[in-house]
Amino acid sequence: MKDIVEIRWHGRGGQGAKTASLLLADAAFNTGKYVQGFPEYGPERMGAPITAYNRISSERSTVHSNIYFPDYVVVVDETLIASVDVTAGLKETGAIVVNSSKTPAELRPYLKGYTGKVCTIDAGKISEEELGKNFPNTPMLAAIVKVSGVVDVTDFIKDMEASFKHKFASKPQVIEGNMNALKRSMEEVQVG
Amino acid sequence: MKWKASDMTPSVTWKDLTPGCNIFEGGTSETVETGDWRTMKPVLDMEKCKQCLLCAPVCPDMSIPVVDGKRGDFNYFFCKGCGICANVCPFGAIEMVKDEK
Amino acid sequence: MGIRERLSGNEAIAFAMKQINPDVMGAFPITPSTEIPQYFSTYVDNGQVDTEFIPVESEHSAMSTCIGAQAAGCRAISATSSCGLSYMTEMLYVAASDRLPITLAVSCRALSGPININNDHSDAMSVRDAGWLMLFAETNQEAYDNYLQAMRIGEAVSLPIMICQDGFITSHAIENIELVEDEKVKAFVGEYKPEHALLGKENPMAVGAYATPVYYMEAKRAQAQAMMDAKDVIKKVGAEFAAMTGRSYDLIEKYEMDDAEEALIIIGSSAGTAKEAIRELRAQGKKVGLIKIRSFRPFPADEIAEALKNVKAFAAMDKDDSFNAHCGPIYAEVCAALYAKGIFAPKGIDYIYGLGGRDVRVESIQHVYAELEKIAASGETGETYRYLDVRE
Repeated sequence: MKDIVEIRWHGRGGQGAKTASLLLADAAFNTGKYVQGFPEYGPERMGAPITAYNRISSERSTVHSNIYFPDYVVVVDETLIASVDVTAGLKETGAIVVNSSKTPAELRPYLKGYTGKVCTIDAGKISEEELGKNFPNTPMLAAIVKVSGVVDVTDFIKDMEASFKHKFASKPQVIEGNMNALKRSMEEVQVG
Repeated sequence: MKWKASDMTPSVTWKDLTPGCNIFEGGTSETVETGDWRTMKPVLDMEKCKQCLLCAPVCPDMSIPVVDGKRGDFNYFFCKGCGICANVCPFGAIEMVKDEK
Repeated sequence: MGIRERLSGNEAIAFAMKQINPDVMGAFPITPSTEIPQYFSTYVDNGQVDTEFIPVESEHSAMSTCIGAQAAGCRAISATSSCGLSYMTEMLYVAASDRLPITLAVSCRALSGPININNDHSDAMSVRDAGWLMLFAETNQEAYDNYLQAMRIGEAVSLPIMICQDGFITSHAIENIELVEDEKVKAFVGEYKPEHALLGKENPMAVGAYATPVYYMEAKRAQAQAMMDAKDVIKKVGAEFAAMTGRSYDLIEKYEMDDAEEALIIIGSSAGTAKEAIRELRAQGKKVGLIKIRSFRPFPADEIAEALKNVKAFAAMDKDDSFNAHCGPIYAEVCAALYAKGIFAPKGIDYIYGLGGRDVRVESIQHVYAELEKIAASGETGETYRYLDVRE
């Protein structure tokens, strides 16, 4: 399929990587795309490495396998780089987006010779500052949208605002923090 | 009704058998003549019977009809000849005899 | 036009249940079908359905609840997976032989052991002789569509029906889906008005007979006839569903079979992966195709034999092993179908694949076609009992 975008997420149980992949599927769905969002399931253990996937395309993909040659990889927890081969199969034309306070140049030596784009975003810091808690998945979602262009940025912001308004109807103070986190992440993501 | 329990005989074909062998009537045991299982039969001596009615509730079948507080003669269509009634009768009014068919 | 949505397979099944508004659900949770009664119980709690939701202490009881409810004249449903389905087995046979059209959603998962929560078909295949109608879905859409057709099919032949999908692969994956409007679903599914029911005071009935050898075999022959009759019903209901939605359903789906020289016979979500493999191979000029089995019970023997008669080589894809030192169930049934029709030309092999969640990739399927190409060229099958993607 010509225009399919395949994304692999690496996170730890409890960090919201699965939720982020489903939110990305939602966002892409809302712009008229065909989507797949699915995690790799196993024993559910807080902190254990988990993988989740997205396929986003303008025609329905019939493939029901995991993704081995992703266009993009998102690493929600930087410490996974030491134990998981996060760039395995990642296309050189694509990009890896890592939740890290390092610059892309500082991070690249840890990525086993990957020559494609390396992007970093300090999602933990943004989350702490805007939400008062470490919920890295919202800023990571924004960063991958910005880097991949898989969803139009303006549509994405609008869609997320509507979704937060619905989800946090009873605590509107949270909506602003989440929106700030999204927007900051899109501005602060470093591409190298 | 499409099916009668009485039509479910050993000669019924699979096409005529009720779905799942389900039965679509109540009280179908009334049609089953358990009386022909009998080898001994109870005989009531009305002279000795005091109408105490101890026999009627112990009958495991429907062989001792009670009308207006009095028992009548045995219903041999159902009586299997178990002899419980004869055993329970305090007056020796019921005698078990060989059933000559 | 339907309603554009994105739902997981489990969400889609629960949504179909909500639209149908059945009378009774007996349920006990087990991964990966747990979400179905979980989502449905929120519909019950919110008053969106009138269903009597009966949480029980085991799957044996869940199916017993359904049997009691359906015999009473209700539409009864449940959902399960894996060991839960195994634990129901005794009552599955009772439901079928009592001729009660219960609807059971199955999110297929491996049986222990080693303990595993991921997908294969060992649960569903292990109850294939229980007398239930069994439809399998490739996607969340098919799981939903099959569920909407289930009661029409089951009730027409008085047999219970299982709506199977692949655990996690479709049950937990969010994908696009087109939903049918509530009022159309209601009109399509209709009301359940059994001729006889336990709660019909005017027409008493007894369910669950003891049948002596004089009657048992006649009862089974009648049950076999209902399964045979179901083939036409499945086609008819599928055609009616197509008229309503534009999505047509038959006993099997043929993909690129018109001039195919090598073919797969496959069931469930991997059919979609195989279609992608076929598109790539067709682009290289290879004449490859597949037959997807939608209805495993009744088994479309004639249709499969007819579709295979001109191929040079085929592979039956079994997500389950019969452990008979010979082959899995699909291979056995496909070969029997061909033999019965006097078709001996195609060379056939069996692949046991995807057990316990072993990922089935486009490359896995292409490997199978490459093997079939060799067999077609040489006329030699070699070993017919093979394992796919296993470390040697």
